[in-house]
Amino acid sequence: MAAPLLDARGIVKSYGQVEALRGADFAVSPGEVVALIGDNGAGKSTLAKILSGVERPDAGTIEIDGEPVAFGSVEEARAAGIETVYQDLALCADLTPAANFFLGRERLKPGPLGLLGVLDNAAMRRETREACERLGVRLASQNAPVSTLSGGQRQGVAVARAVTWARRVLFMDEPTAALGVVQTRRVLDLIRTVRDSGVSVVLISHNMQDVKAVSDRVEVLRLGRRVARFDTAHVSMEELVGAMTGAFEWENGG
Amino acid sequence: MKALRLGERQVVWIGLVLVALLVAFSVLAPRTFPTSFNLLNLVSDAAILLLLATGMTFVIITAGIDLSVGGVLVFSAVVAAEVMEATGSLALGALAAVVTGLAWGVLNGVLVALGRIPALIVTLGTLGMSLGGALLLTGGVDLRAPAELNLGLGLARWLGVPLIVWICAAVTAVLAFTLARTRFGRHTYAIGSNAEAARRGGVAVRKHLIKVYGLAGLLAGLAGHLSLAKYGITGVSAHSTDNLQAIAAVVIGGTSLFGGIGTVAGTVIGVFIPVVLQNGFQILGVRPFWQQVVVGAVLIAAVYADQWRRRTRDR
Repeated sequence: MAAPLLDARGIVKSYGQVEALRGADFAVSPGEVVALIGDNGAGKSTLAKILSGVERPDAGTIEIDGEPVAFGSVEEARAAGIETVYQDLALCADLTPAANFFLGRERLKPGPLGLLGVLDNAAMRRETREACERLGVRLASQNAPVSTLSGGQRQGVAVARAVTWARRVLFMDEPTAALGVVQTRRVLDLIRTVRDSGVSVVLISHNMQDVKAVSDRVEVLRLGRRVARFDTAHVSMEELVGAMTGAFEWENGG
Repeated sequence: MKALRLGERQVVWIGLVLVALLVAFSVLAPRTFPTSFNLLNLVSDAAILLLLATGMTFVIITAGIDLSVGGVLVFSAVVAAEVMEATGSLALGALAAVVTGLAWGVLNGVLVALGRIPALIVTLGTLGMSLGGALLLTGGVDLRAPAELNLGLGLARWLGVPLIVWICAAVTAVLAFTLARTRFGRHTYAIGSNAEAARRGGVAVRKHLIKVYGLAGLLAGLAGHLSLAKYGITGVSAHSTDNLQAIAAVVIGGTSLFGGIGTVAGTVIGVFIPVVLQNGFQILGVRPFWQQVVVGAVLIAAVYADQWRRRTRDR
């Protein structure tokens, strides 16, 4: 394994009495797809939220390129090149795809109008259309709100948004959960495309077939700790399930 | 034709209702209703409520509510009257009204955004506090505006239209543009549509909410000063239903109480429908109480239409 791009150690996070993470470790190398798997409640989504700046850890260290970072907000994680496709997609249903695409980083008109905060909607629509077309997401209308799109199209918009902005690491939380067979295959292709463009992908999934199909490595969380890491090429489905359920224990044997 | 958004479609419908009312009253009372004198009366009656309703539009689009506007209006008017009494400066009075309104609005915003108290409760509380505070400051006796204000700004006209109407129209136009075309407006819609998504998108949700409630308070403060100029009196007991009138106007104008949808243009129409009804009924000799009944029915119909469209949309 190359020197990690993103290296998290001993992450602890509690919500009231519930310990979601109890000293979890996690690492991503440049240009790889890592699957982060675990049973329900293992802490996968919490870990993803912490690494993308949505939540703050109670304890633990996060390093990017060997430099310690502390994400106080989503913007800080974004500035480090980290983007996330959330399980709930995090789209504003009443806004257009372009408005969602540029949410929080709106393009303003050049000149004095921009200083007044006037939006450059034409540019945002154009860039959104281009990005969606690159990923094969077809939108009938750029003016219709996201609420009028199908589930697959919404997912497409959310994925295209994250892929476009990600420069270092892309987190995808259950990106295929709502999708049919064809759309799932398209998302898996997309994950490979993103990796080949040099951006590392962290795939959080329940679906072992997806994990086997697309990931280079697998890290397994159980009860808030990393219990195993594998090279995908050298692991069986039984071993993955065993690690998730605690039937076997490994000591960081990657 | 480009697809109209939900809110925009309701604006078209409700605009047609307003046009139909104007035509009907003009036909029924051709010599008294469609006169420039009467129409100026109409816009004068609507102007100050329009400021409150425009601020309310922003608040409701964030999925919030502001019940305090009438109380903040009165409190700001009282402060302005006392400042003018003490200093003799009309400009300082206007400034005091606006700053006082802003302060109440920011208080609302801080309690809603940082205190995580429901907006309904926060603004119900500040409604009572501001109305009670106004009574404490005045001892329950309405203050009079200085004659220079009441006879000056209160009566001033430009191109035959009261200056107060121009001021309210200009402020509303600027805010309509702000909501529709700027980043501030975009974030307002985003928060009302999905606050968590907005936060994850990097929108400073709490700060933005404080600004939106602050804006509504500032507009209520300005409305307080203009109302003082127009009526010459603080009117402590005359504004207890301003909040409901403003909310009704906003909702009739197609803004969704669930947030994320709405326009200032719709609110302008929503302000005028009750005013036109009242004026028309008066002219036709219909008992004016009918206006309340009809506006109530229109309000329920508007919310029903919004619910129905949402159900058909969110399959």
